[in-house]
Amino acid sequence: MTVAHLLETDHISKYYGNVVALNDISTYVDSGEVTCILGDNGAGKSSFIKILSGVHRQDDGRLLVDGEPVEFASPRDARAKGIATVYQDLAMVPLMSIWRNFFLGAEPRKGYGPFQWFDAAKAKEVVRRELSEMGIDIRDPDQTVGTLSGGERQSVAIARAVYFGARVLILDEPTSALGVKQAGVVLKYILQARERGVAVIFITHNPHHAYPVGDRFVILNRGQSLGTYEKSQIDREELVRLMAGGRELAELEHELEAIKLEV
Amino acid sequence: MAETAAPKAPPDERVVSVGPLARLLTRPDIGALVGAIAVFFAFGYFARAVNWLGDPAIAAGWTDQAAQYGIVAVPVALLMIGGEFDLSAGVMIGSSGLLLGYLTTFQNLNIWPAMVLVLLFGLTIGFINGLTVIRTKLPSFIVTLATFFILQGVNAAGTLKLTGQTAIQNIDSASGFNTAHKIFAGDLTHYAFKVKVLWWIGLTLIGAWLLAKSRFGNWIYASGGDPNAARNVGVPVARTKILLFMMTSATAALMGIIEALELRSMQAGEGIGLEFIFIICAVVGGCLLTGGFGSVIGTFFGAAMLGMVQLGIVDAQWDSNWTFTFQGGILFAAVLLNTWIRSRAQRAR
Repeated sequence: MTVAHLLETDHISKYYGNVVALNDISTYVDSGEVTCILGDNGAGKSSFIKILSGVHRQDDGRLLVDGEPVEFASPRDARAKGIATVYQDLAMVPLMSIWRNFFLGAEPRKGYGPFQWFDAAKAKEVVRRELSEMGIDIRDPDQTVGTLSGGERQSVAIARAVYFGARVLILDEPTSALGVKQAGVVLKYILQARERGVAVIFITHNPHHAYPVGDRFVILNRGQSLGTYEKSQIDREELVRLMAGGRELAELEHELEAIKLEV
Repeated sequence: MAETAAPKAPPDERVVSVGPLARLLTRPDIGALVGAIAVFFAFGYFARAVNWLGDPAIAAGWTDQAAQYGIVAVPVALLMIGGEFDLSAGVMIGSSGLLLGYLTTFQNLNIWPAMVLVLLFGLTIGFINGLTVIRTKLPSFIVTLATFFILQGVNAAGTLKLTGQTAIQNIDSASGFNTAHKIFAGDLTHYAFKVKVLWWIGLTLIGAWLLAKSRFGNWIYASGGDPNAARNVGVPVARTKILLFMMTSATAALMGIIEALELRSMQAGEGIGLEFIFIICAVVGGCLLTGGFGSVIGTFFGAAMLGMVQLGIVDAQWDSNWTFTFQGGILFAAVLLNTWIRSRAQRAR
């Protein structure tokens, strides 16, 4: 019998009517690892995240946490199991300060009975400590999130998920909207989270972002898995080639040549 | 800032020191404070004939007016920060006052149970407003505009049918009236300052505390700033907004009670038009029309400013028709200032 993984998908499939969104996907992630889910638009990445985070249920196959099959009825169930998802829209409010955002929906409180207030001093202190432990240099927790760069926002969102006890962190395209430098900052925090023992599932369409931080790579194409590779089994060029769908890229090049000739 | 002082030289994140003035200018309530002070001294000059700056009776006059605006402006501001409007907040004052008059003079109820029923009526209307906005996902502007017109018709037709006139009279004949009058509509001993002003200050402090210091306040900001993000992290956005609508209508009901007690009668058209004044107070106080940003303290200064304009124009012996023009001008200036402050709060680095 194999060892129980922290989070494992066992031959998972998802259909929307007669459309196969995901077909027979098996992979896993363990504490202190990064599993990258790579795929182009429409590859089934979103469906995959939604199943992992409890938004949708799979139609076939099993989802296992610590080796136990689980049924998530809602994102709340997934969170209760320590699975936190950082969405592209970040679930942060731009006009609110960092510390207000950090504790939004889970505000620490002080006081008695109906006379309870939001413990702002504690919130600010925790934010400062958590962010500096992640190596995020925030000048002032009172800054609004809107004044942060995209990379900083992602980093704060990651720090928040880690602070609230995430064992598995699912990151939905955290680098896709960022410039090269900012993406680098986010990748650094992904490694920080991994060092702290968090299992990370990193969804991206960019093999150049995935390769430096990933321990395992799952390549999706039109809902099918093109294979799961450990880092030792694959090099960057091969990953890029698989990701681009080798043959398709060759065809595309050919077509582009044709267009150039016409012009 | 001692703990962040260690220079770590991050490769691509720079540290910019923000001066106290620049920091102040990201606050939504400073503009309203500065504006209120400016208006106060402007009338100190234009209305110097009546000793605007020095006469407590003059101050009692404009604070009374400001309290009439400011009490309901508190929940209206919270509601706006929560991302919604309530255009029925003005007419609710009339409806509530009329209901109090009906319960006391036609049903011979003691004033206290009548007041409780009126507040419950306010909570109910607010609940209906809130639930309708949440369920239909229609803009609250439209939903509460409908409530506004429905209530306006009910007020006029109901009053005429009951009394054959356009007002309910003799509310002071109710049992318990004198005590209630003292608490809600009386004069403070000195200078004829109204008790109402204390209600205004008290509700402002409660509102400001709620917004800044409570968990509910965090939810108000989030519900207005980005409801989807708020929902994603577990903020009960629908409940927050419905509660805000209920607070607004209930406070308008309280204002209706105060006016009915003060005037001892209630006109069918009472309160109509004030809904916009409340919104102007909130906007002057730094509340954005798009929600997510604003200040109750700023709204307090906004109400003070509008109260001074209302009375100051009379005291300066100008044609009082200019009041509207002033209110419009103040609104316009406030919106421009807010847009600028918001862009600083959101993007300035």
